[in-house]
Amino acid sequence: MNELISFLVGRLSPDYLPKDPVTIGAAIGMPLAALGLVVLVTYLRRWRWLWDNWLTSLDAKKIGVMYIVVAIVMLLRGVADAAMLRLQTAIAANGAEGPFSSDTFQQVFTAHGTIMIFFVAMGLMFGLINVVMPLMIGARDMAFPLMNSISLWLFVAGMILVNVALVFGGFSNGGWLGYPPLTELEYNPGPGVDYWIWSLQIAGIGSLLSGINFVVTILKHRAPGMTLMKMPIFPWSVLVTSVLIMLAFPILTVTLALLGLDRAMGMHFFTSDGGGNPMLYINLIWAWGHPEVYILVMPAFGIYSEVVATFAKKKLFGYRTMVWALMAIMFLSFVVWQHHFFTMGAGANVNAFFGIMTMVIAIPTGVKIFNWLFTMYRGRIDFKAPMFWFLAFVFTFTLGGVTGVLMAVPALDFQVHNTMFLVAHFHNTIIGGVVFGFFAAITYWFPKIFGFKLHDGLGRWSAVLWQIGFLLAFMPLYILGLMGAVRRIDSYSDPSWQPLFITSGIGVLVIVGGIGLFVLQLLYSVWKRKELKDTTGDPWDGRTLEWSVPSPAPHYNFAVTPIVTHRDEWWHRKQKGVKTPAKSDYVDIWLPKNSALGLTVGALAGLFGFGIIWHLWWLVLIAAILAIAVIVRRTLSDDNDYHISANELYHEAVRARS
Amino acid sequence: MKRVVRAVFPVVVAVGLVGLFAFLVQGKQIDVLQPAGDVAAQQYSLLMFALFLSSLVVVPVFTLLVFFSIRYRAGNKKATYKPEWGENKWLEGLWWGIPILIIGILGVITYQTSHSLDPYKPLVGGKALEVQVVALRWKWLFIYPDQRIATLNQLPIPVDKPVHFTMTSDAPMNAFWIPSLGSQVYAMSGMASQLNLNATKTGEYTGYTTNINGEGYAKMTFKTKVMGQAEFERWADSAAKSQDSLTMETYHTLAEPASDQTERTYRLANKKLFEYITEKYDGHSMHSESSS
Repeated sequence: MNELISFLVGRLSPDYLPKDPVTIGAAIGMPLAALGLVVLVTYLRRWRWLWDNWLTSLDAKKIGVMYIVVAIVMLLRGVADAAMLRLQTAIAANGAEGPFSSDTFQQVFTAHGTIMIFFVAMGLMFGLINVVMPLMIGARDMAFPLMNSISLWLFVAGMILVNVALVFGGFSNGGWLGYPPLTELEYNPGPGVDYWIWSLQIAGIGSLLSGINFVVTILKHRAPGMTLMKMPIFPWSVLVTSVLIMLAFPILTVTLALLGLDRAMGMHFFTSDGGGNPMLYINLIWAWGHPEVYILVMPAFGIYSEVVATFAKKKLFGYRTMVWALMAIMFLSFVVWQHHFFTMGAGANVNAFFGIMTMVIAIPTGVKIFNWLFTMYRGRIDFKAPMFWFLAFVFTFTLGGVTGVLMAVPALDFQVHNTMFLVAHFHNTIIGGVVFGFFAAITYWFPKIFGFKLHDGLGRWSAVLWQIGFLLAFMPLYILGLMGAVRRIDSYSDPSWQPLFITSGIGVLVIVGGIGLFVLQLLYSVWKRKELKDTTGDPWDGRTLEWSVPSPAPHYNFAVTPIVTHRDEWWHRKQKGVKTPAKSDYVDIWLPKNSALGLTVGALAGLFGFGIIWHLWWLVLIAAILAIAVIVRRTLSDDNDYHISANELYHEAVRARS
Repeated sequence: MKRVVRAVFPVVVAVGLVGLFAFLVQGKQIDVLQPAGDVAAQQYSLLMFALFLSSLVVVPVFTLLVFFSIRYRAGNKKATYKPEWGENKWLEGLWWGIPILIIGILGVITYQTSHSLDPYKPLVGGKALEVQVVALRWKWLFIYPDQRIATLNQLPIPVDKPVHFTMTSDAPMNAFWIPSLGSQVYAMSGMASQLNLNATKTGEYTGYTTNINGEGYAKMTFKTKVMGQAEFERWADSAAKSQDSLTMETYHTLAEPASDQTERTYRLANKKLFEYITEKYDGHSMHSESSS
């Protein structure tokens, strides 16, 4: 009887219910918020609408918007985590007790890092790629729309697992990369690390599928005439990024699987005893982890290239070198991973090799910065909000690049590794590169998706607050690192550090102000959407194909597939006068029908993960079998498309023009 | 008026921030920038040189960013506008070439300093003092095998004499770092990593672990006490006669997970203690498997 019960409930037990007030608050608040949302949708009678128009949609633009919505919600959680961290360090000096216990603090910074990288930065970038990339290459949709939906829902399943941990069981306390042996059973027998492993594992499979999807879409679905060297830089950056995803994410999957086996089956891949080797894990995780940071930042490079050319009203400077620089970064990002552990005792020659390779990345990156600057040169720069984000990017990212080069010198890294200096450095590059890039992108492409622009003034002020908040939050951390403050500390004994930590905390508040202005910008623009309406489809006098279709973009993207002759095709067409397609240019098109498969697979993957975390092996088995079954069933079905006739398309286009 | 505000605002912010940070660091001890050992001193000059090289790129970038933003703003119709100009071999050659040159110089320096500042390389200046470091949860144990003493959370060393550290961990992964003296290295269970340092100034310097290792991580610091050679010898002699003896039993009590910041001194009962700690992880499992 006892055996049956333990088989059914695994290691679920009331002992894992949250105990300290902060987590209890979150554990009550979050389900309540979710419930509130359900009630709201029910009250507004929007379930049908939500299901048909969003949850089961295979339209890349809608999938992209869902990615972005999830990522923005997670951004709020990640920032709340950051505020908790800096609140603690502002107080816990010289014997004073901070508001959080060490264990809570460690869970919070692990959650902060995990969420910000996997569920914010990745989500924002995948969302934007979905929204914009097919439009920019003149494609109707992704190559594999259904797989795209599965990617999204795997991402959501991973995200939900991270948040379930907060409510029940607690999260990992091992840092965002979970170095063993701390994350092995010996030191961490609870479910926290398993939550971390399986949420990343599930979201990671989604990322891998997305990478494949993006590569195939770009290689096979470009508009006729668009050779690779006529493709805009953003799709180029996506292509390069996706190759990295395809090569790097399997490493993550394997590494996490091995750690998962250590934990679930008592194996010894990375334990310190029994023949295991934690150094193997550290090599493997960074063989994925370093390409990962370029996976995040390269699409942002693409965004800046589009933004600066559009708002300078000028051709992007040095297109060819931009492409070569992207490729160089792609290659180099695979031969630098050891620079994350120069202090692990590798020989001087190994350290020197990886150090020099790391610096070499600064060359193509520097080239890109000069190319962007010379795109501004002899332009007519219109300083709309996206340009503010661009300026903040060049300033911030260049600083981050410098500290990166410093840390690439092994002998210098020995003095700053794993300190607050490092923390400041990677926030410098990720906020300056990825986050600012996302905000530039969302302001820039928002009208294409929703049909109205975002308020410009609020966007500019958001950029200003972010920039000032960034400097206040992270410059003190550079100094603290040099003073000896190591990363991830929840208290310190030296009282002279406190003013710097407090300043950093104030910086976080200013950043929160910047995020507040962004949210306000969204709400205000929705309210004033009539005044901000984009009637032309081309609100910024754009250069690339997405601006040639009406705003919001029709679900089939292009009524008539464009034929491309130039790099800045739309700019070129505007120069010589835009021709309206004749009725005979329209042909019938087929689009994928909605499908609940992605949602189903996501839900099953979530249950599968939950089952492993809690040792509910029956649930794991059932979820796995069902997931395979629904996918097999779908492959047997032929009726997956619907059809729009040339006539309908023509009449819709005529209506749109009038 | 609005234009004046627009021009003045960034300047005010920039001056304000620089002033604030200058005020915050004023008169403070910044360990890495105020080295007390030869290794840290070399790393300090390397840092300054690398910063200088980087400024050769950063200064032009920031200057061009500001200058182009002002000069080529849409409102300035006097500025040249060349919308189709997008390629220039000489310019692009210039900014491939200059970074290659700078990174070339830095690369050579990287190679040289990777060797000259290799933590495993013995320092010149006579026979080194041997110290074995054991990172525990959450305290530092230092073993002086030649003096037959051991200390907890304090590291007395003589000034102007090389110290050779051999490090391990009987806990999750750790790293041993004294910023005033230079270079950190990971300490891992089942392994013995090495580090060579010296101190050139007497005084007390805090040491840290830089790798997250559980509950007591933040409080796991120690005091490096740099003293004159004679003073060190006096201290070592009295410590060797200490009542407290570090037996296997004492060690196992210390190895239990507990945050402990007291400074202690022991007579070393077992000279092979360090070897025991590293070897117990070898090959076969010493910890019983918890089947949960």
